[in-house]
Order: sequence, then structure tokens, then C-alpha cells
Amino acid sequence: MIEKTLKGKPAYWIWLAFLGMFMAIGVACYIRQYNFGLGMTGMSRDVSWGLYISQFTFLVGVAAGGVMLVLPYYVHNYKEFGRITILGEFLAIGAIVMCLLFIMADLGQPMRALNVVLHPTPNSMLFYDAIVLNGYLFLNILCGWVILTAERKQVKPPKWIYFFVYLSIPFAVSIHTVTAMLYCGLPGRHFWLSAIIAPRFLASAFAAGPALIVIACLVLKRVAGFDAGRKAMDKLVTIIIYASILNMFFVGLEFFVGYYSNIPSHKHALEYLFFGLEHHGHVYNNLVPFMWAFVILAFGSIALLATPLARKKNDFYLGLGCVGLFLAFWLDKGIGFVLAGFVPTPLHEITEYIPTANELGVTIGVWATGFFVVTVLYKIAIGVEHEVE
Amino acid sequence: MDKQRRKFLKIAGASVVAGIGAPVLVKLSSSPALASSDGGHAPVAAGHAPMPDAHGGGHVEEAPEGVRLGMVIDMRKIADTPALLDKAISACVNAHNVPQFPDKKNEIKWIWKAPFENVFTDKSASHTSKRVADTQFVALCNHCDDPPCVRACPTQATFKLAKNGIVAMDFHRCIGCRFCMAACPYGARSFNWQDPRPYIKKYNKEFPSRMRGVVEKCNFCGERLALGQEPACVEACKGTGAILFGDLNDAGSEVRAVLDKEFTIQRKPTLGTKPSVFYIV
Repeated sequence: MIEKTLKGKPAYWIWLAFLGMFMAIGVACYIRQYNFGLGMTGMSRDVSWGLYISQFTFLVGVAAGGVMLVLPYYVHNYKEFGRITILGEFLAIGAIVMCLLFIMADLGQPMRALNVVLHPTPNSMLFYDAIVLNGYLFLNILCGWVILTAERKQVKPPKWIYFFVYLSIPFAVSIHTVTAMLYCGLPGRHFWLSAIIAPRFLASAFAAGPALIVIACLVLKRVAGFDAGRKAMDKLVTIIIYASILNMFFVGLEFFVGYYSNIPSHKHALEYLFFGLEHHGHVYNNLVPFMWAFVILAFGSIALLATPLARKKNDFYLGLGCVGLFLAFWLDKGIGFVLAGFVPTPLHEITEYIPTANELGVTIGVWATGFFVVTVLYKIAIGVEHEVE
Repeated sequence: MDKQRRKFLKIAGASVVAGIGAPVLVKLSSSPALASSDGGHAPVAAGHAPMPDAHGGGHVEEAPEGVRLGMVIDMRKIADTPALLDKAISACVNAHNVPQFPDKKNEIKWIWKAPFENVFTDKSASHTSKRVADTQFVALCNHCDDPPCVRACPTQATFKLAKNGIVAMDFHRCIGCRFCMAACPYGARSFNWQDPRPYIKKYNKEFPSRMRGVVEKCNFCGERLALGQEPACVEACKGTGAILFGDLNDAGSEVRAVLDKEFTIQRKPTLGTKPSVFYIV
């Protein structure tokens, strides 16, 4: 099936070359970082995780979002998702590739990464995260490939594969739960120390992941003549809307706990994110525009997607709503959540973080790599679909 | 007294390096019951929690078990002679090749000065006495009895030494994921964002310098204890009683004598980390 990636229209090659260019920029920036150290980034003693880890956190969600297709199709036998479930699985592969690359980019000593395996440490959440992420990657490659091969041969998939398909469902939940546990089990980081982090992560994941799949379907419809079916898309949008509303509800609960209890440490990070935090006469508010953009985009997109205009008739508004939501949750989790955890520092000082150009280069390179992987995998999936037809 | 402490430090230190306990330590650490029945060591003091509850919560003092090195910092003495702190800090910097970066972003700190409200963020800083407000306090790794950094580390590159309670680091195993920095509620850990060697003012051949990409922090001078010396900061304040060091579990130790006499506080005790550094304010 791999041969399908080698034949395509000029647009396909131009797109890959476009991504390849950013991948090359990413590699060049990473080499600079590798030779100098993580001092090439905007991270500091006080804000010791930055864009890399926040992108990782967001993309774990995108990967987990694929389960919103797998679960209805395989568990509830929702046939409409038959054509696009493979897209969810392949998106998960691309997202996890990005996650692993971001982790590697963030390590101070990447050559020692295997120490996590050589010295397994069950009390560290990172140990479990490595297990579930690699496990989920393996499951998606296995299930995607076996089922696609069966489809190509026009036979039923082998029975044994269903064991792995069902196994991938709890794995999808676990990757984002364990990722939340990286944060929510740390004493002294009040913003992260909240039991609602894991549910909130899952809610935004189940919105952002499927939103990206809808966008992908709309693109594939135009460029590859692949129609996911209006009914499937409509069901996806329903899932996206509910998951989005849940996420916004959970964010609201954080506000209630912080502001009604009036405990300063529970309010600091929220104040910093949404209103700016005053400290020794200086107001720190770097992230405020991002967070209000998140709120406006999220509610605006939910409203848009809920209208019949986006749902029944107009692909443009449907795409716009999904892009809006995807961006909203990227701002929420891919920017705000991780960075705000470091404000204030354990000694109640405030240090703000601004990524460097080199760091942005690496970040864009990793995103381009992920899109490259997804493009190639989708090319295979669509190629098989067309072949069968 | 001094001679005794020297001897103790030597033994405690030797066990750090050799990884084996001298007989006296075996006796101390083999079981809590043994420790309390030992003639030289007083039974569990009244008011201490019974052993089964020892790990129940932040306010419960754990039962003596093995050697647990700790520190008492007398801020009254430091307030009287603020230069003591500078001496202690530079002794540490020189002993451990701590690089001196000019910018806050790259800062590496093992022991450092900070105002009361920053060191004790959970204590009220409204209407503090003039002395407290005017004094630079001191922060360092607390060598917690229940360290969150050790819990978070995915490679056991940071670990608690069973022999003496020191939270130590293996610079050669650390992968630089900085999970420990997120986990530490005391901001005690620093990361080498770039090669630190050009920023080491005076190179001390007795202690390794670090490479970029690893985390580091105060090690309670494990390497000096092994040679029978006191920690560098303690030695720098020698004779003043500003910083005392010893076994918190040894009822006969100097630190325990001070702890029994004075009211002391720990940083963020409600988090349940059981810090080993005590302050007399």
C-alpha cells in the first residue's frame, strides 16, 4: 500500500514540499539547539517548560480525539463512521509522532532518553506516559494497517484485530489521563493541582481531535474526491459541540472554586491568564489576549456549529467553526495551561516566558512533520478507498 | 560535643560513599524499636505521633528511623550578621563549582538569599516585625523526607539516600526532562540551559562540574561529609550557631537540642513533604 504515497497530483507534491521546507527549518533549528543547549529557547529557571511541552500536551488530546470515531463505530456499530474511522486512527498516529518529537526536543540530554526504559520508575508519571503513548501509537498503526489491508482485499478484517481495536479505546482515554496526571499530582503548583484537569483534558480532546478530522474531511472532499458523508459529519459536529461545552463548563468550575473560595493561590494563575497579575507594581499579562481569544473563539464557534447553516448546508461555515474550535483549544491547552502553571513561582515571583525564534522554528518543524505523516497516511487510506470503488 | 559530631559526620559521610552502614548506623536504622531501645538514644519523645501514623500527614512528625540529616537555620543570628549568609553562599559556590550566570534566565542556585515573604509564601507577611522584613532569608533544598522531585523523576536520577535522608542527584543519568523542577514546591532546582563551565569563577577539582542539559541542586555536601567535613555553608558559619547540621533522629544531636529548645518553622509543611530544614525566625 505504501506505493500509493508515490503517485499523486502536483498539488500533493507541492503540499509535501511545502511541509518539507518547514521540516528542514525545524531540523536546522534543532541542530542549533542541540549544539548549544536548551538555552536557545525562552525557557528559564522559573518557567522550566515552554512551547514544546505545551504542544505535546495539546497533541496528546488530538491523538486521543480519534477515539470519538472508533468508539461509535466499533462499540455502537454506528455504520456512518465506517469510511472515516481510519482517518481518526491515522490522525492519532501523526499526533503521537508529534508528541514524541516534542518530548525529544524538550530533553536536555536527548541521547539519554532510553534511561526511561533502562531504569523504569513506576512512581513517575512520565514512565506511564511513555508506556501509554507508545502503546497507543502501536495500536493505531496495527489496527489501521490490518483493517485497511482487509478493506483493500475486500474481505472482513481478521477477528483477532478486534481485541486490539477495543484495547485502543481505554488506551486513548489513558494517554490523556496520564498526561493530565503529569501536572495534577504536583504539590505546590496550585493551578495544576486540580482533580478536574483530566476530565477537562478529555473534553477538549474530544472536541479538538474530531474538529481536525472534520477539517481534514472537508479538505479531502475538495482535493481528493473523498466524501465522508453528510450524516457522519453531522454526528461528529454533535460530538464536538457537546465536548466543547463540557470543556467550557469545566473552565467555569475552576473560576468558581478560585474566586468563591477566595484563596489567593487558587486565583493567581487564573488572574494571570485572563486579567493580568499585579505584582510589586507591575502587571504581568502576556497571555491575556490569547486567553480571551480562546473564550471568544470557543463560544463563537460553538454557536456557529450549532446553527443549521453550518450543519446542513454550508461547508465553509462548518469548516470555519471547526477551525475556530481547534484554534480555541490550542490556545487553551497548547498555550495557557502549561505556562500558567509556572505563575507564580514556588517563591511567589513572576517570570514571563516568550519563545525564541529558534524555538518557534523547531515547533513549526515538528508540526510540519506531523502534517507530513498524516498527509502520507491519508493518501494511502484514500487511495485504498478509491481502489475499492 | 564537637568531637562527637565530627565522628558522626565521618560515619554518615562514609556511608554515603560506600553505600554500607557502619555498625552504629545499622543499629539505628534496622528498626525503629531498636533505635528507641538503644541506651544512647532516648525513646520516642512524648508528643510525637505513634509510629503507624507516622506518614499520615504534614503535621505529624514521623518516627525516628535511621539517620536523617537536617539543618537548623537561626535567622536571628543571620539578621545580626548578614555577612554570614554571603560567606555561606560563596563557600557553597566554591565547593560545588556553581556557575555564576549574569542573567536570571540561566541562574543556577544551590543556596540563595530571598525575602521572608518569598521563602515562606504560606506565612503571613502582613505586619511582620522590622527585623524579619529587613533580613534576607535563605533558601535551599529541603531534603524532604517525602520528596516530590524523587517521585516525579522518570529515571531515578534523583533519589533519597536511605542511609541519611539526603536527596541526591546522578548528573550522568539525568535526561533533563525537568519534571523534578515542576514538582519541587521550593524552587530548589536549577537546570543547565547551556554549558556552565565558562561561568565557573574558580574551579574546584574536588567536585565535578556539570554539563549542559542536566538539573542540579544542593546535595547537603555529601562529598564533604564523606571526608568527615561539615557542609560548606555550615563550616562558613562555624562558631556562630547560625546554621547547624546533624541527625534529626538522634536525640543527642546538637540540632535536636536546638529543635527541642526553640520554636522552629519549616517551609510549606502543609504539602506533606516533611522538609529537613528548620528555621528559627
